[in-house]
Amino acid sequence: MTPTGHYGIYGGQYVAETLMPALQELTAVFEASRTDPAFLAEFHGLLRDYVGRESPLYLARRLTEHCGGARVYLKREDLNHTGAHKINNTLGQGLLARRMQKPRLIAETGAGMHGVATATVAALLGLRCEVFMGCEDIERQAPNVQRMQALGATVTPVSSGTATLKDAMNEALRNWVATVRDTFYVIGTVAGPHPYPAMVRFFQAVIGEEARRQILEKEGRLPDAVIACVGGGSNAMGLFAGFIDDPAVGLIGVEAGGYGLATGKHAASICAGSVGILHGNKTYLLQDDQGQIRNTHSVSAGLDYPGVGPEHAYLHDCGRATYCTIDDREAIAAFDLLCRTEGIIPALESAHALAEAIRRAPTMRPDQILVVNLSGRGDKDMDNVTKARAALAGKQGAA
Amino acid sequence: MNRIDAAFKACRRDRRKALVAFLTAGDPDLDATAEIVPALAAAGADIIELGVPFSDPMADGPTIQESSQRALATGTTLDGILDCVRRLRRQTQVPVVLFSYYNVIFRHGLDRLTAEAAAAGVDGLLLVDVPLEELDEVRPSCRQAGLPLIRLVAPTTPPERIERICRDAEGFVYCITVTGVTGARAALPADLEAELARARAASPVPVVAGFGIASPEMARTVAAHADGVVVGSALVKCLAGPGGRAERIAAGAAFIASLAEALRPTGGNA
Repeated sequence: MTPTGHYGIYGGQYVAETLMPALQELTAVFEASRTDPAFLAEFHGLLRDYVGRESPLYLARRLTEHCGGARVYLKREDLNHTGAHKINNTLGQGLLARRMQKPRLIAETGAGMHGVATATVAALLGLRCEVFMGCEDIERQAPNVQRMQALGATVTPVSSGTATLKDAMNEALRNWVATVRDTFYVIGTVAGPHPYPAMVRFFQAVIGEEARRQILEKEGRLPDAVIACVGGGSNAMGLFAGFIDDPAVGLIGVEAGGYGLATGKHAASICAGSVGILHGNKTYLLQDDQGQIRNTHSVSAGLDYPGVGPEHAYLHDCGRATYCTIDDREAIAAFDLLCRTEGIIPALESAHALAEAIRRAPTMRPDQILVVNLSGRGDKDMDNVTKARAALAGKQGAA
Repeated sequence: MNRIDAAFKACRRDRRKALVAFLTAGDPDLDATAEIVPALAAAGADIIELGVPFSDPMADGPTIQESSQRALATGTTLDGILDCVRRLRRQTQVPVVLFSYYNVIFRHGLDRLTAEAAAAGVDGLLLVDVPLEELDEVRPSCRQAGLPLIRLVAPTTPPERIERICRDAEGFVYCITVTGVTGARAALPADLEAELARARAASPVPVVAGFGIASPEMARTVAAHADGVVVGSALVKCLAGPGGRAERIAAGAAFIASLAEALRPTGGNA
């Protein structure tokens, strides 16, 4: 990455002038904090005592047996406080907000996990919090709405556009433009204008750093590949960060294939998109030939986003990471399999990464190792899984 | 002399402030735009900003968001907008600035767009999400095509940065009057005067103020400290008001005439 936040041709700061001074201030504070021992001590202290880190790296024996090939390890981010990896980042950004004396946090959320994690940190640090959430997502993630409200946050429904994550992000940016003097915008993924992609990666890198140390302890060697789902890509970037300098370790990002790439109803920005500019950064987008952003679909609200973090775009182009897709049906099958073989209910987002591991493991030798980021737990998804099963059964009936 | 410079020169000659009118191209369709623009020019608009509709207008309030949706719903494209400008040039020489989010331009191809726009009779380009830091990416194509790239200054822009933005500005500088998205406001902030004064001191080209201006009174107040004012959302609302196409255009033209009147040297004494 260059000092101006460019990853090759990707990244950058494509925002309205009103936000530029705030981004420059944030960049300066982040750069100073990332090497400040006092800041890091507080951050890591809270990760340990409040979030419950480190999260286990768990050998999924029965899943491995079922697949019949490579050993599959799960990085248990689902066991973090609030149930997903999102809290690593919101804690870091919340501490920065306090340092910058901004009394108010805003956030966008899709599945609601980032909204919950932001509301949680706001309560912890005594800050006000407003979360923007698409009307459609409010409906499909009702329990998370109640959690945010219980934590004292205001949840503001967004009905513009497609009423999903990208529109929530538009609305959060609009709100930030108007409130930038007293408000800190907590972006939930490794996208957005610089310094967000670098900053979110920095706070999520704890996932990969732990996983690397843990696998060396358990196996005495590095994994053959690490696998994570990619919406905006924060849990993937966090895991990749620990292994990016180990060229022998494959980095595999799994995008949401939705109803299948051929149907056009998916959220696979890298695998089926083209380069463009949205939400402050240049990256791969799902757009039409006129540069209008396309509607996306995924059974998992957290992956239902038409862009992807700029570093992922860069890693794809230079070949360091490989990106593939898992469709709704495969994700649900992986969800079911993990529930039954391991007694772990994964988030539907994480089930995409799991499905890719299930596909690959049988083609590998038993002495090979895969590490899957189990980025979140699936309690929030029970209703969705039931509905998605019905929808897929309907599609199959019609086909 | 290009059409933008000529328009400001005419304003100075008449001792009045320039009126810049923003409308979304293609709202409700491009035939309407081709009718509206000459009517607004005849009513006293000195410069037209044609908004290129985008699916995700992050810097815009509800009025222009809805306007963009209407334009996209009738199939408005960049090619269509350039065709519309070609048609307009047979009837009017009012300067036209394309006001766009970068993605639509980037997808079309920057070199291609700037060349086609200049040939079609577009006089300037304003990219709302390309700040100083990313300007080098677009400047060469604009230079090549002879298309001024209009710069923006915001209420949050520190004085030293205003200087850097303005010192080699082209066409005119657009000073954003409010910390927020586009949309009509009841009142404007008190520190606006200082922002405008700094920009005017630093800029070799005229400085106009926009965002939130909703009435002749507001236009006159702001114009006292600028070389012109921009009206956007309030006009877009007028053009989307009740009645048929002719009535809406007449309402928009009447609103523009009232603003133009307020910007004349004796304006507003009535």
